[in-house]
Amino acid sequence: MLGYIARRIIVMIPTVLAISAISFIIIQLPPGDYLTTYINELQSRGESVDPGRIEFLRQAYGLDKSNIEQYFFWLGNALRGDFGYSFEYNLPVTAVVGDRMFLTVLVTFATTIFIWIVSFPIGIYSATHQYSIGDYSLTFLGFIGLATPNFLLALVLLYLANVYFGTSIGGLMDPSYIDQPMSWGKFLSVLEHLWVPVIVIGTSGTAAMIRRLRANLLDELQKQYYVTALAKGLPRRRALFKYPLRMALNPFIADIGSLLPSLISGATIVSVVLNLPTTGPLLLSALQSQDMYLAGSFVFWLAGLTVVGVLLSDLALAALDPRIRLGGGAMR
Amino acid sequence: MPHYVNSADWDPYHSEALTAKQEAYFLAPQWKLMWWKLRRHRLAVIAGLVLALMYASTLVSEVLAPYEQRTRNTQFIFAPPQTMHFFHDGDFVGPFVYGYDVTLNRERMQWEYAENTAKVDRIRFFCRGDPYEFWGMIEADFHLICPAEGGTLFLLGTDRLGRDILSRMIYGARISLTVGLVGIIVSFALGIVIGGLAGYYGGWVDNLINRIIEIFQSFPQLPLWMALSAALPANWSPLLIYFGITIILGLVEWTGLARAVRSKLLALREEDFATAAFLMGASPRRVIFRHLMPSFMSHLIASATLSIPGMILGETALSFLNLGLRPPITSWGVLLNEAQDINAVALYPWLIFPVVPVIVVVLAFQFLGDGLRDAADPYK
Repeated sequence: MLGYIARRIIVMIPTVLAISAISFIIIQLPPGDYLTTYINELQSRGESVDPGRIEFLRQAYGLDKSNIEQYFFWLGNALRGDFGYSFEYNLPVTAVVGDRMFLTVLVTFATTIFIWIVSFPIGIYSATHQYSIGDYSLTFLGFIGLATPNFLLALVLLYLANVYFGTSIGGLMDPSYIDQPMSWGKFLSVLEHLWVPVIVIGTSGTAAMIRRLRANLLDELQKQYYVTALAKGLPRRRALFKYPLRMALNPFIADIGSLLPSLISGATIVSVVLNLPTTGPLLLSALQSQDMYLAGSFVFWLAGLTVVGVLLSDLALAALDPRIRLGGGAMR
Repeated sequence: MPHYVNSADWDPYHSEALTAKQEAYFLAPQWKLMWWKLRRHRLAVIAGLVLALMYASTLVSEVLAPYEQRTRNTQFIFAPPQTMHFFHDGDFVGPFVYGYDVTLNRERMQWEYAENTAKVDRIRFFCRGDPYEFWGMIEADFHLICPAEGGTLFLLGTDRLGRDILSRMIYGARISLTVGLVGIIVSFALGIVIGGLAGYYGGWVDNLINRIIEIFQSFPQLPLWMALSAALPANWSPLLIYFGITIILGLVEWTGLARAVRSKLLALREEDFATAAFLMGASPRRVIFRHLMPSFMSHLIASATLSIPGMILGETALSFLNLGLRPPITSWGVLLNEAQDINAVALYPWLIFPVVPVIVVVLAFQFLGDGLRDAADPYK
């Protein structure tokens, strides 16, 4: 097991490096840099631009160097935990990102749990009652969930909440707790607000997971070992839980890899609509104002989150399934 | 018991005689088998019809829409939807709407609309209305339906500039529906070439390409789309932006298709007919495109169908965030951009109507794709 973990982590290193390079290239794509935006802004306000100051800023941020030098400059600092400086917020990137990244992880984690809890019983029911009315209606519901864009669902929920409850369900905590240190009250307030984004982001993933579990379980239910178990007189429920269900459970863990990027995507836009203090709105504004270190770090961290998630899911899978642990680690 | 011998001639094929119907089935080409199988999939057929109708409508959007997409009815800002009636005072008068009485509520600074049941505006059919340029070239003013002379026809209400939302939705279909098609062509080409290379050569090429695909797949799509479309220069014309967006959508989506091509090729190149072609000196390109590709093309088309809705949703999301298409181009995402402010939606809920076609199209593609995927393997 230890060898497997080591191998898996070593494979991860080039992936992370490539991701950092791609993130950097993407944020370099727009013509100009933050300073040109900044100069334009000053000039439009009619303020004079001091060339000396601009030159000083350019050097301080390393913007006068070539792109490749800038990349290694950024990467070298990033390895030491310094992701650069956000021009717009006048703060180190880590300070701006830190809290929001934590909330993004929280929302994503809660959504994953939500998807598991909801799709597990529904998937089992759909498979054991194939072609029943319940199966059809649940499948149809799943399709609707799959087809409705996350942010539109958020919009509709906001609208309904506004009409029927007269309250705003946006945000991730009560306004009085914003910028307060973590406390028990703040934690509870976050929990109270968390369910809306979790449901909104979770719908599409749930549908996919239900269909996956149903298909897997249906395959297993036709296999001989299950028929044998039934023939030998094992109660149906016991036979189901003892053997085929365990086999069909793999997607729950193996799919985290493909689930995470879509969850983070969903969370990005839903948080803009619901005005959540996660990464979405900040990434949007950073991209629009060419606050490159901030935007780049966001893209890098979001992708890194996926890589870590996949690593964890692979490790969990290896712990559960000896075929993977011993078979050299061919994934998915 | 005497030994019995049938005096008739021995017919070696008598047990295998096929009816005409069976023969037609066994000799049918693959696409025909697929079509037969698809036809039995009711939902997929209905979905296909819905999509065909919607795509057909994009050819004649100008004629179908009661108003031109930029027509501003400045007296009817944020007018609520008008309902269609057939009977007035118990008499049948055909489809009509009641005209609006407009008053300005000075307290809330809002226009208020009340139905004036004395004002019967009969809807006209095959009529002359707003002038438009058909496909931007031919000037015309012929419409399928128009408001009554001097009357209005806002079946889905108007927006903040008094533009008819239904008309704008009909125009928006042209952009929103084609974004997915152009995008899928880009990702199809990329997927086939890159996946083909990996699957055909195997070995280190396969390894390298697989790694690259893995890296691409670990990027969350939306942030990647956002970052890439933020990179589109602001001074591009709307048309260039449109193509830029479609290419970005395609660039991010190719990985799934490439994987499908790769795994199919890896399995197929071990087949005898592939070896035979290779031994007869066929070039890799010929082996891939002439011999291997046809065997899984149907499967590819099915998976491509399933990834179109993702692109349509992507465009909608980007435009909604102001990062995608921009006015004067009208797409469903651009229309929904108006609904970004929740206070506006609470006051004027008809602004979220463009959600409906988005959901319908995505569902239809999903059902059609599922049907195609089942039909792609007609022997099963």
